[in-house]
Parts: sequence; structure tokens; C-alpha cells
Amino acid sequence: MINVALFGIAREIVGQSSLALPAGEGQSVGELLATLRTRYPELGRLRSLAVAVNNEYAGAEVALHERDEIALIPPVSGG
Amino acid sequence: MLIDLTDQPIDVAAVLQAAESDEAGAVNAFVGTVRNRSEGRRVVRLHYEAYPPMAVHQLRRVAEMAQEKWPVLRQVAVVHRHGTLEIGDVAVVVAVSTPHRADSFAACQFIIDTLKEVVPIWKKEEYEDGTVWVSAHP
Repeated sequence: MINVALFGIAREIVGQSSLALPAGEGQSVGELLATLRTRYPELGRLRSLAVAVNNEYAGAEVALHERDEIALIPPVSGG
Repeated sequence: MLIDLTDQPIDVAAVLQAAESDEAGAVNAFVGTVRNRSEGRRVVRLHYEAYPPMAVHQLRRVAEMAQEKWPVLRQVAVVHRHGTLEIGDVAVVVAVSTPHRADSFAACQFIIDTLKEVVPIWKKEEYEDGTVWVSAHP
């Protein structure tokens, strides 16, 4: 299983602060995003949606592993 | 370098002090505060949510990027608050020091502008009749 931490509007859309997915549904960042956008169409309406792996923004090709710290990053608005 | 994410009120003077350097003739600071209006609606308060380990890591990365762009930077201090903030509360303080003032203005602006683009912190505005996650939708 991979665990995905959720924040802000992504947390509200999914209705929980983290998600556990079978590793096969998110072998890469791109696959994870596709899986989540299909399951939660509201995520596709956001201005942007990024994935962080171990505290760094990760491109679609980055492979995901069970021990990675993975988070879904909706449009940030700090400052 | 001072980098911090806190759920307590920010001591602006302490952040300025952290940016001081005997080699600097300029200390420049940006203080971001909670405004009472947003796009015509009256804001009651703000709720800041953060992803703490990544937010601190990315704040440090932004400060390091500034040091690379402005090797003259002597000190950098960035403190961001999260949790519930009322109108007038300080949400973020960026303070830098450089030998001369022009670099300090530029580096300070670079840090706050880049912070707003990359640091995983989310702002929810609360109005009298609802709430909105800022910038979430096109």
C-alpha cells in the first residue's frame, strides 16, 4: 500500500486527511494522479494539483514506493 | 539562517534581529498581515493549513535559492504562521540583510514571491456567509 497525505481543498474533496491505495494503483506520480482524478472528479477542477515525494515536488515519471512520504499538493496560497 | 513555521504569534522584532549582521548596511523586511477584504468580500478571519515538514524544507530551499542569486546576502530569516489568524495578525515575516540596500529589497521580494508559489501552505478565507480556499480554482 502507498499512503497519500491530503491537505487543504484536496483533503475536503476526499473527505479524509490521508488515503491508502494498493501499490498497483499508483506505481508512479502520473498514475497516482490519474487514479485520484478518476475517483474524485472535483480534484480535476483545481487550478493545479501536484504530488510531493519525501518533501520534494515530483514529476509524473517518478516511481512511488511504500516507504515514501507522499502528499497531494493542491494550489498553494501561503504568504 | 532562521527558518520557522509556528502556530504562535510571530515576534517581528525577533525575526528582524535574526537578520542583523555587522557586515550589512541594510536590513529589509516584508511583513504579511491579514486583510479585512478580499475581492470585495469582508473577511472575518483566515485559516492557514500547512504540511509542516515539507513547508519547512521548502522555506529553507527558497532561502538557499536567494543566497545563490545574491551571494552578498548576509542573513536570511523567514517565519510563517499557521492556524487561525484574525484581521491584522502577522502571517509571515521575511527579513534579509545585505551590504547595500538595493540587493536587500530584491532578495526580500524574491523570497516572498517564491514562497507564495512553492511552499505547501494553504489559506482559507472565512466570510460572514461562507469560506473559500484561496486560489484553488481557475
